[in-house]
Amino acid sequence: MFWGSRKTIDMNYFPDEVLEHVFDFITSHKDRNSVSLVCKSWYKIEKYSRQRVFLGNCYSISPERLIARFPGLKSLILKGKPHFADFNLVPDDWGGFLYPWIKAMAKSRIGLEELRLKRMVVSDESLELLSESFPNFKSLVLVSCEGFTTDGLAAIAANCRFLRELDLQENEVEDHRGYWLSCFPGSCTSLVSLNFACLKGEINLASLERLVARSPNLKSLRLNRAVPFDTLQRLLIRAPQLVDLGTGSYIHDPSSEAYNKLKAAIQNCNSIRSLSGFLEVAPCCMPAIYPICENLTFLNLSYAAGLQSNELTRLIHHCRKLQRLWILDCIGDKGLGVVASTCKELQELRVFPSDPFDAGNAAVTEEGLVLVSEGCPKLNSLLYFCQQMTNAALITVAKNCTNFIRFRLCILDPIKPDPVTNQPLDEGFGAIVRSCKGLKRLSLSGLLTDQVFYYIGMYAKKLEMLSIAFAGNSDKGMLYVLNGCKKLRKLEIRDCPFGDTALLEDMGKYETMRSLWMSTCEVTLGACKVLAKKMPSLNVEIINESEQTEFNLDDRQKVDKMYLYRTLVGHRKDAPEFVWLL
Amino acid sequence: MENTSAYQNDLNLKATELRLGLPGTTDEETAVPGVRNNKRPLQEVAAAADEKCGANGKSAPPSKAQIVGWPPVQSYRKNNLPAKKPETEAGIYVKVSMDGAPYLRKIDLRVYKGYSELLQALENMFKFTAGEYSEREGYKGSDYAPTYEDKDGDWMLAGDVPWQMFITSCKRLRIMKGSEARGLGYGTV
Repeated sequence: MFWGSRKTIDMNYFPDEVLEHVFDFITSHKDRNSVSLVCKSWYKIEKYSRQRVFLGNCYSISPERLIARFPGLKSLILKGKPHFADFNLVPDDWGGFLYPWIKAMAKSRIGLEELRLKRMVVSDESLELLSESFPNFKSLVLVSCEGFTTDGLAAIAANCRFLRELDLQENEVEDHRGYWLSCFPGSCTSLVSLNFACLKGEINLASLERLVARSPNLKSLRLNRAVPFDTLQRLLIRAPQLVDLGTGSYIHDPSSEAYNKLKAAIQNCNSIRSLSGFLEVAPCCMPAIYPICENLTFLNLSYAAGLQSNELTRLIHHCRKLQRLWILDCIGDKGLGVVASTCKELQELRVFPSDPFDAGNAAVTEEGLVLVSEGCPKLNSLLYFCQQMTNAALITVAKNCTNFIRFRLCILDPIKPDPVTNQPLDEGFGAIVRSCKGLKRLSLSGLLTDQVFYYIGMYAKKLEMLSIAFAGNSDKGMLYVLNGCKKLRKLEIRDCPFGDTALLEDMGKYETMRSLWMSTCEVTLGACKVLAKKMPSLNVEIINESEQTEFNLDDRQKVDKMYLYRTLVGHRKDAPEFVWLL
Repeated sequence: MENTSAYQNDLNLKATELRLGLPGTTDEETAVPGVRNNKRPLQEVAAAADEKCGANGKSAPPSKAQIVGWPPVQSYRKNNLPAKKPETEAGIYVKVSMDGAPYLRKIDLRVYKGYSELLQALENMFKFTAGEYSEREGYKGSDYAPTYEDKDGDWMLAGDVPWQMFITSCKRLRIMKGSEARGLGYGTV
């Protein structure tokens, strides 16, 4: 209509606002990245309209360059330390500091509203600066971070007037005891999500009750161990609209008044779909929550060490709509059988070891996994710590569940073969990758030869992240993976006989990946130096914890820990002494 | 198993070994921290496990000493999951005083299965009778009342909370006597 009979439309005749409006509908980071590559004007429009940025590695770009690239930045996700830092393989002070990012964004007057961090070092200073610099700040999510105390939280509470979300997941926080919660001003009524389950110290219970009472939009509340049963009951009365609840201490006398009050309060909470906590628990009090189990889609009992298998199964009987279940291995194979027959909608299962220090004693085996695979055809995400696994079981699981996106298996004895046949588990994992064409993440364990990597390279075409430990026989194993897995982004390897040949065969491959971690392998210092020299777009870092200095080490020396990642900004300036940047 | 203890010793020795000579000039087995050497001993161990396995199905795996970072459980989770209760738990020893008694005693609360057993033991130890317990009136019919100091520092009448909760929150016991005892629990709301 507007252009009459013209057959071709020149996109440049669209005003920028129209393009911007169209781009608003493009939300995935990948797609927005593609959009910016089309032409100069699209690049410009996309650049100024981009609000959400995800940086999987905080050292891939500098704060200043990020801000220059996306001046309209409102929401930032940053990840710091390599994944193996979770298992104490990365020394403290390695890096991943938040402060430079806050400083740069504050200086450039970025209108930051949301910040989500994983494995970063977050100082109180950075939290204070954050709280003072961004008047519209709404959401802070910290996952597996460290370096801050409750003083930093107090600053956030006090200064972020429009705070909607404060979500602390599994952080190591130095707790200076309760007062931070009282720093939320009386005028703060905007909270939607409050999770302080990882805090170890006391909480001002009266402040907490008042805060919840004046937060009508509160949907998610996760308490810490210091919040007792009767406070929980009073909180539930004030917040019947909760969708996600994490209890603190859950111990009381079931014949008491308080228990009856809690039962009544819970029955009023019709919206709860997600339940976690039970950090301290009296099994006899569990029946109070049965009424809400019917509607639960997520149940996390992975910290509820006080519940035994029969209590767990009694509970699970009520949870017919469960989609995600995180549980301890004390549920046992039989208990998993109950999960299989009850939770037909199950998509994600995580079974954690109830005794993570004693590697000799998991309570689940391949039997439990097979039962779940038979009963829950929608299963697509698995984390399973077990005593043993067989090829036959894995082959059966692969047949039953072809939808796996994440498959992480941890046999507590890392090189245990199939106990029935004494064979390596190559065939079992081979079946998984062959059958699950959408597999994006895989963690292996058990006795494994190069053959399993042959299968992975051959079949795991969508694989993005692979974790390997104590596996393989030679460089061939690593090469199968590097050559075959075209979508590989993160590869982390420990204690495998992969060396220089594998590392150096296809150096360009690492530019297509986010990062590579290799520790206690056969890679030498010399090879790392070669790689660093030939690939200036990569940072090759050696973590050296022995007394030796760089100058005393022979190039033929094997490196303990190597971490390499692609970057636009070269060597980082904040590396500690024990990290050598080649 | 000799193999595990061999590499266990390996780990310790390597970490603390003093040596003369330039670092990095000795052979690789000793220059690099012991973790690397796990591979060989582990394979030996696996071979040994193989022999044991046979048709057995589930054989107990050799106990793994500290392989750093294994099993791959987040350190936060490791630090925050209460340790599995061992068969024999550590005792909970608390001091017990009685008003007018010349010295205190110490008892292990884990030894008793509940309040009645505890009271019986206290009655025997200090030669008194506690009276009858009711939630409303406390210990009726006696000059004595068993009380305890809880985690918050408050003095509570023993018997109100479930036994498990009591033994984990009790810091010390005091058997109150006389008018003080009669004041507690009587007609209070």
